Amino acid sequence: MYKLLRNPGHMELAMFAGIDPQSEGIARAKKLGIPTSHEGIKAILEDPEIKIVFDATSAKAHVRHAKLLREAGKIAIDLTPAARGPYVVPPVNLGAHLDKDNVNLITCGGQATIPLVYAVSRVVPVRYAEIVSTVASKSAGPGTRQNIDEFTFTTAHGLEAIGRAEQGKAIIILNPAEPPIIMRNTVYVIPATEEFDQAAVVASVDQMVAEVQQYVPGYRLKDAPVFDRRRTPWGERTVVAMLLEVEGAGDFLPPYSGNLDIMTAAAWRVGELFAQHLLGIRQEVAA
Amino acid sequence: MTTRTLKPPRVTDTTLRDGSHAMRHQFTREQVRAIVAALDEAGVPVIEVTHGDGLGGSSIQYGFSGTSELELIEEAAKTAKRAKIAALLLPGIGTRKELAAAIERGIKVVRIATQCTEADISEQHFGMAKEMGLETVGFLMMAHMRPPEFLAEQAAMMESYGADCVYIVDSAGAMLPDDVRRRVAALKERLSIQVGFHAHNNLGLAIGNTLAAIEEGADQVDGCLRGLGAGAGNAATELIAAVLDKLGINPGLDVFKLMDAAEYIVAPIMPYQPIPDRDAITIGYAGVYSTFLLHARHIAAEFGLDPREILVELGRRQAVAGQEDWILDVALDIVRAKRGAEGTGDAREPAAAERGAD
Repeated sequence: MYKLLRNPGHMELAMFAGIDPQSEGIARAKKLGIPTSHEGIKAILEDPEIKIVFDATSAKAHVRHAKLLREAGKIAIDLTPAARGPYVVPPVNLGAHLDKDNVNLITCGGQATIPLVYAVSRVVPVRYAEIVSTVASKSAGPGTRQNIDEFTFTTAHGLEAIGRAEQGKAIIILNPAEPPIIMRNTVYVIPATEEFDQAAVVASVDQMVAEVQQYVPGYRLKDAPVFDRRRTPWGERTVVAMLLEVEGAGDFLPPYSGNLDIMTAAAWRVGELFAQHLLGIRQEVAA
Repeated sequence: MTTRTLKPPRVTDTTLRDGSHAMRHQFTREQVRAIVAALDEAGVPVIEVTHGDGLGGSSIQYGFSGTSELELIEEAAKTAKRAKIAALLLPGIGTRKELAAAIERGIKVVRIATQCTEADISEQHFGMAKEMGLETVGFLMMAHMRPPEFLAEQAAMMESYGADCVYIVDSAGAMLPDDVRRRVAALKERLSIQVGFHAHNNLGLAIGNTLAAIEEGADQVDGCLRGLGAGAGNAATELIAAVLDKLGINPGLDVFKLMDAAEYIVAPIMPYQPIPDRDAITIGYAGVYSTFLLHARHIAAEFGLDPREILVELGRRQAVAGQEDWILDVALDIVRAKRGAEGTGDAREPAAAERGAD
């Protein structure tokens, strides 16, 4: 909501809907003069002017919403792990699914790490990619907590489908340190061959980090990729390790919540592209 | 010291799970068969068999398993005549998918572990385990980091999800006997289910802390043959048996058979005897996860650092269970700080070049 207000692009925030009339979100939206509804998706479905819907409810709710939104002829940008539509990671395949009526943003860990796996896989085929997302306890809401398995499944699938790893694995850790830690991700990649150009991998990763920084300014590698030797099921192999930090923009949520910021930033970017597409504006993006 | 009459605790042996760390997750089917047969024969009622970091732990982050944990669980379940086989599960690492596979291979008990502040991520897993008819144990890891009343709250959540027992887990081997007493007492007071305690020997207190827990009424305790486990290892199962026997509360363990299993089966296959050496004491002292030991040594050696520098900094950053990736992070930060102090500027590029060369 705050990202849309700050920079509407070719969109206009027409409604903020929830299910709890007492919720802080609805109160804030009202205060900002945005039309609100506490009847869930109903009011959205009834408004023909609404073309694009950002769904940040839960995987379970989105399964129901996806069908209703499709029937109402609206485009759904799904921020839950429901994955009814194809996965989208902006710097990798933003433009690929503009003809779809539902796209999925995987998970925060996926949005943070898949670009880096893809950055390696465009230089050398990737046998295995593994990511560890460490999120401050305070920025992991009840949805994440009650559905932690869905985070790992969906992220792992994203590493394979979009990151192009033959096999993906995801781990999430909640860290309760005070003050809260900034979202951290470690990305490990095992290339399919030992014969690859390390300098080309580093250059590709640097370029990808710069692309993500265009919409998530607090996205940065803490160090250049580290090439380490590890024992693996495929013998002793070179492992590319990348240590990533994602600091939130602080639009509304505290800066340590980089996990939430990268999701909303990606959602904004996808929404903007759909809006331009609907308006007939052409743009050069990754497909 | 309490005056209540002591009762025999149930002893779970976790040589084949916590010991997996020291073994770098390379247990074989043959080793599992021999160890399970000996424990079973000696009257140990529950035997835990899993990758050290729980189901699905085989990874770059924690080390790949030499033999799949599901094969090892299957072997254990086939071998045990009386003992129940248990598996560990850390939500966020393992999922219900791995749990289902482990149930299929014969586990009867699942121990579900979370950082001691994050019990509410375990609801799905307790729910599924109860549905499948398993006995369930909750593990509050790194329990030295929070006070007793806080832990009792978290334990009560696990009870509400369906735990049959909740453990105070001293993952860092950082507790003193009084820390153990107060925590076990708080859970005993708050819960209507059983309470357990899992020790590490980093400060040389594993057996003493286990005894303190039993004196406070702990219903379940953990051991590993020869103390084979992460950090300085755990309370040795054969030692627990001997002590319980002297206390007159032996729960049916054959002390001599356990000593023999430790001496003739486990000792010969151990890559080293875990003891409170320099780095392990540092883990207990700094209060960091015991499994960081070997990973910190590996990274420290590569960067020419003292593992203690890394471990103490991890403690300062409040690293929690499973955060092995922070070891590399901290090492790079230390290298950068040292280079900065020497006036050689940005550590990024030189570090990358050196790393690329080896």
